[in-house]
Amino acid sequence: MNKTKKSLGSTSTLGTIFFSIICVLYLYPIVMVVMNSFKKETAITTAETFTLPNAETFAGFQNYINALRAQGFLQSFGYSAFITTSSVALILLCCSMCAWYITRVNSKLSKLIYMLCAFSMVVPFQMVMFTLSQTADSLNIFGLRFNTPWTICFIYLGFGAGLAVFMFSGFVKSIPLELEEAAMIDGCNPLQTYFKVVFPLLKPTMISVGVLETMWVWNDYLLPTLVLDIKKYRTIPMLIQYFRGSYGRVELGSMMACIVMTVLPVVIIYLLGQKHIIKGVLAGAVKG
Amino acid sequence: MAPTLAAFCVGFIWPFLHGLYLSFCQFTTVDNAKWVGLGNYAKAFADTSFIDSFYFTVAFVIVAATIINVTAFAIALALTKELKGTNIFRTVFFMPNLIGGIVLGYIWQTLFNAVLMKLGQPLLALNTQAGYWGLIILLCWQQIGYMMIIYVAGLQNISPDLMEAAAIDGANHWQTLLKVKLPMVMPSITICLFLTITNAFKLFDQNLSLTAGEPAHTTEMMALNIYYTFYARAGAAWKGIGQAKAVIFFLLVVIIGLTQLRATRSKEVQQ
Repeated sequence: MNKTKKSLGSTSTLGTIFFSIICVLYLYPIVMVVMNSFKKETAITTAETFTLPNAETFAGFQNYINALRAQGFLQSFGYSAFITTSSVALILLCCSMCAWYITRVNSKLSKLIYMLCAFSMVVPFQMVMFTLSQTADSLNIFGLRFNTPWTICFIYLGFGAGLAVFMFSGFVKSIPLELEEAAMIDGCNPLQTYFKVVFPLLKPTMISVGVLETMWVWNDYLLPTLVLDIKKYRTIPMLIQYFRGSYGRVELGSMMACIVMTVLPVVIIYLLGQKHIIKGVLAGAVKG
Repeated sequence: MAPTLAAFCVGFIWPFLHGLYLSFCQFTTVDNAKWVGLGNYAKAFADTSFIDSFYFTVAFVIVAATIINVTAFAIALALTKELKGTNIFRTVFFMPNLIGGIVLGYIWQTLFNAVLMKLGQPLLALNTQAGYWGLIILLCWQQIGYMMIIYVAGLQNISPDLMEAAAIDGANHWQTLLKVKLPMVMPSITICLFLTITNAFKLFDQNLSLTAGEPAHTTEMMALNIYYTFYARAGAAWKGIGQAKAVIFFLLVVIIGLTQLRATRSKEVQQ
């Protein structure tokens, strides 16, 4: 036993060194963007892309200031943050209830809904993009319109429901029915049963679904582009794409700064909640 | 319950059915649809840019899915052995997966253009070859970590008894890998292949931001081709054709996904 451990030791050191090098290479693109975000516009597109900013090319925080001021980065960040939190909260609440309902009420209709949800996960967005955006633009319920950042979460609920209901259903099936029956006997109505018994039990799945949906909504480009008015509201992906779309010349400096400011919070959140995020993504993959 | 269903109908079922219907119509907005039968489908198949984008997508999916899965599996194998720093490596490899497609595209565009300039090659906007390999490298960078995590979970699920039995039977390193580990992680392989193939097939954001189909639509994948058909071509007929293309695209994704699932599922062993 000791012997094998020793021989493992030497190969594992080699392995560690090997992977360390690969990791550094893996991170390089991000490092490069950070470097370039501190350079002057002209230096980014020349052969100096790979060098650290020097006295001549160093632009200080100019790119960042420009991105914050002229490009309205903070506004976009706000829209993105609001849309993501509202959509994910709505999806978690509504879809977990819906999944609970269709799993417990075992009718033909609920089976159909379940199948449709599974089905909706494979359908490419291009299939529905035109009709969906037109519907979202024209739909008007009691003066409530759906093409604003404040209400786009309902569209996300609709399109994100498939994955969420599918995952929640899988988990609800594993909750023993006796628990809910006991709650009913104790005099809980269905809503109370849901919030006091089922909801707490669903917590791990909530985290998984929450992580997956957050990643999707935060990074989504096409849906908000088609639904929102790009002149008024820009989420972060829209803003970054807009750099190329609108001006003849791309303002690379501000773009680099924007990218850094977009990636940074994601990386920080990831490092803090790594365990949950990886677990969540894994659970999603295995269920899907 | 009710709001979810309502939203699901508005956000998915209605647009889906309506889209299906519109693929047989000529229209510019949803209100002025005129039935034209299969005309849109005929025109979609006659559109060479669409056929080209199909071949480009297929070439992309095959190469990307192979590289991603082989690399991810190899890394997973290495990381499940006792290595120092495994957790850090896992963290690093997984990270790009959290960054959005648009952002990824521009990060790599800057990097590739700088490399191409150093090499004295034409930049991405004028270079089909570079665009193709650029997309592949980008997708690998994004997805290897994700698939690796799934493979690691699969490998860790193999019971140690099985490995011990193999060792006692005198299986060498390669035999254990091929005869024990590989069959036992077949479920993971099914999932990973399914995810990589469908995701690569549906790739849009990365394509739009890295190359935008340049030069001259030669690096355009199907999703992007459909998008351009809808929103970048003048003429009343194109929206209907775009919708017909979308239906074809949808059917392709479903057929390929299901075939792959069936093919790899049949190789899974009972545990």
